[in-house]
Amino acid sequence: MVDIWSGITQAFWLVLTLDAELVEIAGRSLYVTLTALAIACLISLPLAALIAVKRFRARRLVIAVLNALMGLPPVVVGLIVYVILSRSGPLGVLGLLFTPAAMIIAQVIIIVPLITSIAHQSIRDLWQEYHDLLISLNVTQSQKIWTLLWDSRRALLTAALAGFGRGIGEVGAIMIVGGNIDHATRVLTTAIALETGKGEFALALALGFVLIGLAVAVNLAIHWLGQTEREGRW
Amino acid sequence: MELFPMKASAIESRRRGQQLVGPIDLTLEGQGATVVIGPNGAGKTTFLQLLHGTARLSAGRIDWACSTEEARHHQAFVFQRPVMLRRTVLENLSYPLRLRGVSKAKAEERARDWASRVGLAQLVTRAATVLSGGEQQKLALARALICDPKLLFLDEPCAALDGRAMREIETILQEVKAAGTRLILSTHDLGQARRLADDVLFLLGGRLHEAAPAEAFFNGPETPQARAFLRGDIVE
Repeated sequence: MVDIWSGITQAFWLVLTLDAELVEIAGRSLYVTLTALAIACLISLPLAALIAVKRFRARRLVIAVLNALMGLPPVVVGLIVYVILSRSGPLGVLGLLFTPAAMIIAQVIIIVPLITSIAHQSIRDLWQEYHDLLISLNVTQSQKIWTLLWDSRRALLTAALAGFGRGIGEVGAIMIVGGNIDHATRVLTTAIALETGKGEFALALALGFVLIGLAVAVNLAIHWLGQTEREGRW
Repeated sequence: MELFPMKASAIESRRRGQQLVGPIDLTLEGQGATVVIGPNGAGKTTFLQLLHGTARLSAGRIDWACSTEEARHHQAFVFQRPVMLRRTVLENLSYPLRLRGVSKAKAEERARDWASRVGLAQLVTRAATVLSGGEQQKLALARALICDPKLLFLDEPCAALDGRAMREIETILQEVKAAGTRLILSTHDLGQARRLADDVLFLLGGRLHEAAPAEAFFNGPETPQARAFLRGDIVE
């Protein structure tokens, strides 16, 4: 109980004094996760729309695999990305291992199935609603996909927020591919793991509270920007 | 560019081995309103969708005076249950124009004009999905007409609407018919069929039992099934 209280007060002071190290770590956490989220959305949303509207032989299999991959173990993803990016791996020449870029790659792999799966369900429901009208209007495939993405944008925000939540709280994969290097790849989650290992529970808790605060703030900001939960909107 | 005459030759629709519609042979000319009547389950909706091209033909063919692609470009369809895009009334109206590459300003100007014509001018900023059933159907009709189709299909457009909404819709339909738009609509409301029809197609069990000018059909139907239907008997 003392540790929790001490953690809260320490978190308060760290934020209030804009502790340089905290700002750096929190900034890197946001940078890595938001970049991964942006890349993942660029992949996931059109993919989800395409799976919803396109009829092809392996469609059910693709949906089942995507759903299964939502539970992809981050440590395994980290290990695979590590092997690929390591000096002897196929992409070793790029020299990305133990850089934020490697952490972004790992997070993209982890959150793409999650965003795609949630987005697909929303878009599929909307497609059922719009099907007859869009077919009647003779829309092209790209017009169809754009219409569905635009009209389900608020539901897609939820999918993106789920992806953000998974990414910002992720530790296993980015620890492996980032290495938790001070002033280079250390982020809030890996710093929490490190401080806990050192027995600095109060500081670890403080960082944890900052992480929670950051996640809530980003969620609120996206909700506010997306104008969700307003009367007469979707 | 002319769509008509349209010639349907032995068109059929089958689903999972079950015959839904056809075989039907039919030639339609380019004037007036053709009303497709018949009891529930007669195949009216599928028949309209086959003609419009949104349902796949299992057999037969449809020939227009122009190419099928051009014919589709000059058609519109109003559904029994209006499909509302999750957008405002104005955005719903301008959507077909935007699909055809019309600029946003021009599309919205035209959308406002059509909103006024169908009595929705005060509602253009409202979400389409919160409109009443009658308002939604008027919006769907205006959205179908905004690209000036030469042929308009309507699948029971006034089903579940009150008398006032029905009158408003029929007034718009009479206006667009007078302006030269060819109408093909289905209904099982005989009163509406009498008010709107120039020709009648009587469908039963997916087959075309009778095709006749409206006056001839209502005054003296040829088939016993059509006579029974007009009497109000249950026909199967």
